[in-house]
Amino acid sequence: MDQTEVKFLEQVIYLPYRWAMGPVFTRFFEEFKKKKIMGTRCPKCNRVLVPARMFCPRCFVDTKEWVQVSDKGVIRTWALITFKYSGQPIQPPYITGLIDLDGAHVGFLHCIGGTDLTDLENVKKTIKIGGRVQARWREKPQGNILDIEYFEPIQK
Amino acid sequence: MSRAVAIVGFGQTKQGRRDDVSYPELVYGAVKAAFEDAQIAPEDIDAVVSGSMPAPMEGVNAPHLYLSDALAAFGKPSMRVATCGSTGMSIAQMAYYHVASGLFDVVLAVGHEKMMENDPQGTMSTVAEPFFQRPFLAGAAGIFSMQSNMYAHRYNISEERVRQAAAVISVNHHENALDNPFAHIRMKITVEDVLNSKVVSYPVRLMDICPASDGAAAVIFVAGEKAKRFPQKPAWVKGLYYAGDEAFFGDSDKVVWESAIIAARESYRMAGIQNPRKEIDVAEVYNPFTFQELIFYECFGFCGPGEACRLVEEGVVLRGGELPCDPSGGVLCSNPIGATGLIRVGEAALQVTGRADKRQVPGAKTALAHAMGGMDQLNGIMIISSIS
Repeated sequence: MDQTEVKFLEQVIYLPYRWAMGPVFTRFFEEFKKKKIMGTRCPKCNRVLVPARMFCPRCFVDTKEWVQVSDKGVIRTWALITFKYSGQPIQPPYITGLIDLDGAHVGFLHCIGGTDLTDLENVKKTIKIGGRVQARWREKPQGNILDIEYFEPIQK
Repeated sequence: MSRAVAIVGFGQTKQGRRDDVSYPELVYGAVKAAFEDAQIAPEDIDAVVSGSMPAPMEGVNAPHLYLSDALAAFGKPSMRVATCGSTGMSIAQMAYYHVASGLFDVVLAVGHEKMMENDPQGTMSTVAEPFFQRPFLAGAAGIFSMQSNMYAHRYNISEERVRQAAAVISVNHHENALDNPFAHIRMKITVEDVLNSKVVSYPVRLMDICPASDGAAAVIFVAGEKAKRFPQKPAWVKGLYYAGDEAFFGDSDKVVWESAIIAARESYRMAGIQNPRKEIDVAEVYNPFTFQELIFYECFGFCGPGEACRLVEEGVVLRGGELPCDPSGGVLCSNPIGATGLIRVGEAALQVTGRADKRQVPGAKTALAHAMGGMDQLNGIMIISSIS
């Protein structure tokens, strides 16, 4: 075959989605709008699962008891995101954090902020695994996961 | 009781930016190479299993339909599987199930990916469910960086020590890739290069991370009793297992990582392996991120919890060591995702049959092939041996 330059076909695929939340996530976000983080307790293993679920993924039984957990907790881990990609809803730099909220038995994924994120040395000094953080809620919650702007370190 | 299964053919394309071919042409290249290796033709195949990343990566949904000609699937059962990074291992295990069941004697397994035609991090972010996790899980680098931080903290390993071990892994694998003509990144680097490379997502730096690659691979699985009919020395599948964690990232631990531990334990049990470090001669560990490879050494029982850095410092897992990992250069130097796990299987088969050319680990008889997929969610292992 000759080595003529190959050509490309370019296209953007745009597909709108409308995802049903179901009764449990609907209630979770109704409470979230009131600045409450809700979990459900598994009647078998007794773990409080956050966000609330219809059933425990390990025991596979319905979780009926709703439990409010704290909007404070401990950083289990974090990552500083400085790169961009298509469809990214939060502009970098930001910190993705896994937070063990007081009263929950599983990690809660969100953002960590409230410090200068452009300086890695500052981030390493202020954001620490095991450090305590607290939710910073938006003034006008919309009933979605971004109603918490970020979790920020609790000053001692 | 299931039947014995052997690998009798392997083909892979050159990996890297493959703008020179269309997607079906890329896949055709790998399938043709596997057919040539096994000295077979499409009519010898009883079924085809294939897969890649979730289809938004290709922009053609149900790509096994678009690729059916290149998959030699005319007139045959054709199944697709997509489990993100572990896709290639899922394909291999599906092909094994087909043959072991007794329903099919010769099965073609094909993994393929064209990552350069799309925004791969954008595609990967749509793997996360949209209500709670998607806004925060930034592609692969964000997830693996969280895991890296968690690991070092858990065992109180200093940043210097863990970064040094990760950098040594990177240098070792890049050196290995120089011996692999199919690898994407083939360059000599130093520990200083890795330590000084750009931070992508702290603590992970550019040279701790795999590239995005185009590439395809094909492996021929056959019934054990038919293995002698093929020209290549058969590589035997002695054990395999695949396990997953829950859907929510925060539900399970990613350091003492159950899906990886279960996959190892069950595949060792099936293969009769009691001391993996002594009994496995070479491992193709799925390692898109150097730090993650440290965690896998522990989950696979190559060492105890928190001891992975020592394994690197003592050279156990490096070239010439007791249990050399990723003599192909591994995922770190080449990652056409849907093909990647299957390449681990193919490379393991080459190793145990003494066909790995310049990347051959001398005398290797038993190999471990592994792949991981999803948001740190899925792990699969296959144990491959020269002995039936």
